[in-house]
Amino acid sequence: MSTIKFTVNGKAASVEADPAMPLLYALRDDLKLDNPHFGCGLAQCGACTVHLDGEPVRACVMPVSAAQGKAVVTISGLGTPDKPHPVQKAWVEEQVPQCGYCVNGWVMTSAAFLKKNPKASDAEIREALSGLKCRCGTHVSILRAVKRAQAMMA
Amino acid sequence: MLINKDFLNNPQDSQDANSRRAFLKASGALVISSGSLGMAAQALSTPVNVLSGKPALVPTELDSWVAVLPDGSVSAFFGKMDMGQSLEIAIAQIVAEELDVALDKVQVYMGDSGTSCNQGGASGSFGVSHGSRPLRNAACEARRLLVDAAAMKLGVQASTLRVDDGVVSTRDGSKRTSYAELIGGRYFRHPVEWNKQVGNFMDIKVAAKPKSPAEYKIVGKSFPRRDVAGRVYGTEPFVTDKRLPGMLHARIVRPPSAGSTALSVEQNSLRGLRGVQVVHENDFVAVLAPKEWDAVRAASQLKVNWSAPRNLFPGHEKIFDHIRQAPVSGRADPVKNGDVAAAFKTPGLKTIEVEYEWPLQSHASMGGGCALADVRADGSCTVWTGSQKPHSVRDGVANLLKLDPLKVRAIWVPGAGSYGRNDAGDAASDAAYLSNLVGKPVRVQYSREEGTAWDPKGPACVHRARAAIDASGKVVAYEFIAKGFSRVHINTNEADPGDSLIGQSLGRKLTPGIGFGTPSESYAFPNKRLGWETVPPLLVNGSPLRTAHLRDPVGPEIHFGSEQFIDEIAASLNEDPVAFRLRNLSNARHQAVVKAAAEKSGWQSRPSPAADRSGTLLRGRGIAFADRNGTAVATVAEVEVDRSTGRVWVKKFTVAHDCGLIVNPQGVRYTVEGNCVQGTSRTLFEEVQFDANRVTSNDWVSYPILDIKDAPESIEVVLINRPDLPSSGAGEPSIRTIPAAIANAFFDATGVRMRRVPLTPERVKAALARA
Repeated sequence: MSTIKFTVNGKAASVEADPAMPLLYALRDDLKLDNPHFGCGLAQCGACTVHLDGEPVRACVMPVSAAQGKAVVTISGLGTPDKPHPVQKAWVEEQVPQCGYCVNGWVMTSAAFLKKNPKASDAEIREALSGLKCRCGTHVSILRAVKRAQAMMA
Repeated sequence: MLINKDFLNNPQDSQDANSRRAFLKASGALVISSGSLGMAAQALSTPVNVLSGKPALVPTELDSWVAVLPDGSVSAFFGKMDMGQSLEIAIAQIVAEELDVALDKVQVYMGDSGTSCNQGGASGSFGVSHGSRPLRNAACEARRLLVDAAAMKLGVQASTLRVDDGVVSTRDGSKRTSYAELIGGRYFRHPVEWNKQVGNFMDIKVAAKPKSPAEYKIVGKSFPRRDVAGRVYGTEPFVTDKRLPGMLHARIVRPPSAGSTALSVEQNSLRGLRGVQVVHENDFVAVLAPKEWDAVRAASQLKVNWSAPRNLFPGHEKIFDHIRQAPVSGRADPVKNGDVAAAFKTPGLKTIEVEYEWPLQSHASMGGGCALADVRADGSCTVWTGSQKPHSVRDGVANLLKLDPLKVRAIWVPGAGSYGRNDAGDAASDAAYLSNLVGKPVRVQYSREEGTAWDPKGPACVHRARAAIDASGKVVAYEFIAKGFSRVHINTNEADPGDSLIGQSLGRKLTPGIGFGTPSESYAFPNKRLGWETVPPLLVNGSPLRTAHLRDPVGPEIHFGSEQFIDEIAASLNEDPVAFRLRNLSNARHQAVVKAAAEKSGWQSRPSPAADRSGTLLRGRGIAFADRNGTAVATVAEVEVDRSTGRVWVKKFTVAHDCGLIVNPQGVRYTVEGNCVQGTSRTLFEEVQFDANRVTSNDWVSYPILDIKDAPESIEVVLINRPDLPSSGAGEPSIRTIPAAIANAFFDATGVRMRRVPLTPERVKAALARA
């Protein structure tokens, strides 16, 4: 067991845990955060995606020890209804989610990607989001929302 | 049952009553109380149907359906739920319309056995078509009662009153009152006539008359869903986010080989893990721990001695031969016109005879099943479940634990999407069983492997199709027989523990259900037989290949064959596929969607395949049509086939959709889009693979679904609104047109028929090489 300290959505957090435990369990079980979600535990779907120092990571496989001293941002820390991130705003305007369980992966990955690649082409957007899963088949809405966010961020 | 000696009692175990109330309050369980706040709090933690003050939660009470709160806002209690297809907003629109209140004043409480009657949960695309009926009737009856009460209060004739956003006034506005003043916060205590149906067809009869569609102001317009922002900002909890103080995390341990018995478990294999409890009863093995990560580790570390593999399965490659050769366990011929056998013997006819194959498919929901259950010493139980049949969860849990169903409450909370009978109900039964055993709240979370390898499957099938055509191009005889595993090996719901994995592993007997389906169309062939045959399950109890409802049960499977076969007949006649359908479809609405899809897509009339099929990148278009319970859909797919890689890409779909009266057009559009993409995924990528003993598709690598790189460029949806006809459902019908539309477009592009799903690159390359 080790003490691991990091920040979550700007607030200091500390967990006493097996350093090999995935970050996801620290966020959900120790810190009682409702997001992100457990989808596969294999880094194959993205439902657990958070930002670690601004980079999207799959919290279901990243050991909690890797978060030591870093800043974790979850989807509820990315923006709020009052101060939305453009990607979240676009997601709401395009009414993207159906079941919504996959939303962390798409929103957190898109937000990080658009920050670095504001003028990405359609093909580059598809490439960047490849590997994320959505079972309800909202992909066409997702692509519309990314384009909308791109326009908002321009 | 084994309990680990070093199991640590959690000091939080004795539930904090206040936080518990707060938790339930947050879940928005109950809305009205005739008493003080204190009483409201009591109501929040008590099943509504046994609470004094509120009339019993029975369909014959108007209060079971609608309530007006002290501020004049309206609560509607819906025994179904929105799985992401805009149902909540559609029901709110209908209730607001009939009550004449603003849409944002209506809140719909969904899928809670403690607050809603058993309308069957999410089922059969019936949410609007049937689920809305008692709500619509209740809302218009409530309006009638309130206007009558206003008339009495104001001393005028009811017929002279109008209602605007809950304000009842004389036409000149000189006298007025409001719903809030008339009833706000109190019960109607008004009996209504119930049609004695439970489930999808539950309805009530009332004195009031619903509005005619010509009067609609809210129904028929697009309003955005109200649950989207909560998802996107991470503020609305999913069922996976529900927690109770002192709860234990549980994981189920599955056998490595289907049908193996759990002989013993080795407790000492968990050395090093603290506070872990092991449950082993018959073939049910589970681990519980206060910390979730400990439960995850314990489940993988626990050594269980299972009986020897039984080699019960033929393997996925041989499943179609197995189906062909298997005995028939049940059959039906729902359509039998003319003398089919004699017609096929008519001399001088051209005959076509082919078969189509569809594999087992998984729900593969975004997360494995998850539930939280709290069984109390007083015999009460609350279950938070993602199951789309919470009332069935209530009944199943009561049966499994021998509890009074009135003391069991199952609350649906959105989970990872489900599209039929996925694994959510299994998880709910597990959680309740374990909570009862350990005397604490228990949260069960299934793994990715359980979500893909152990969920109920869509059935594999082989369709035999044959047609006889005369010299004039008339189809004289037509036969389509679907043969496959039953769509209801386990039932559509978990009301009987014999239909749940835990019930089966504890020895509850399952009698597998029998059922399949036939093409739903109106082709006017004089001698026509549409039938089905089922084959027995490979393993009755505890099977990872048990079959059940998966979105549009057997619809994509059957119409992949039947609508390709229609195209094959058209091609054999050198006739345009749209023209052939229009020539033979007898139903005007069916013809209308075919025409609309063709026109909108810019369909060029010519036979398939395309004349020019040279080059590496081939392009083609295909159409498919189907009906589903009165909803007619025609879809045109435009595909590209890359000869060198075998990749099939659907560039564009054009869908014409007629579901009668449309309540929320934008909601239908999004739903159709989801159907198109999920249908593409099932057609091009999905097949459950298994060997003699186990399912080897156990994650997203071994069970791939559509990636965003393969998403269509656009989906055009043509909505045909028919306000004169009742709504007939939009949740599923369009998915059944997708597989054949793609396969027909593939044929148009390549001249090659793909009669087996999925159309993987390997199969495409092999088929093109053979051609």
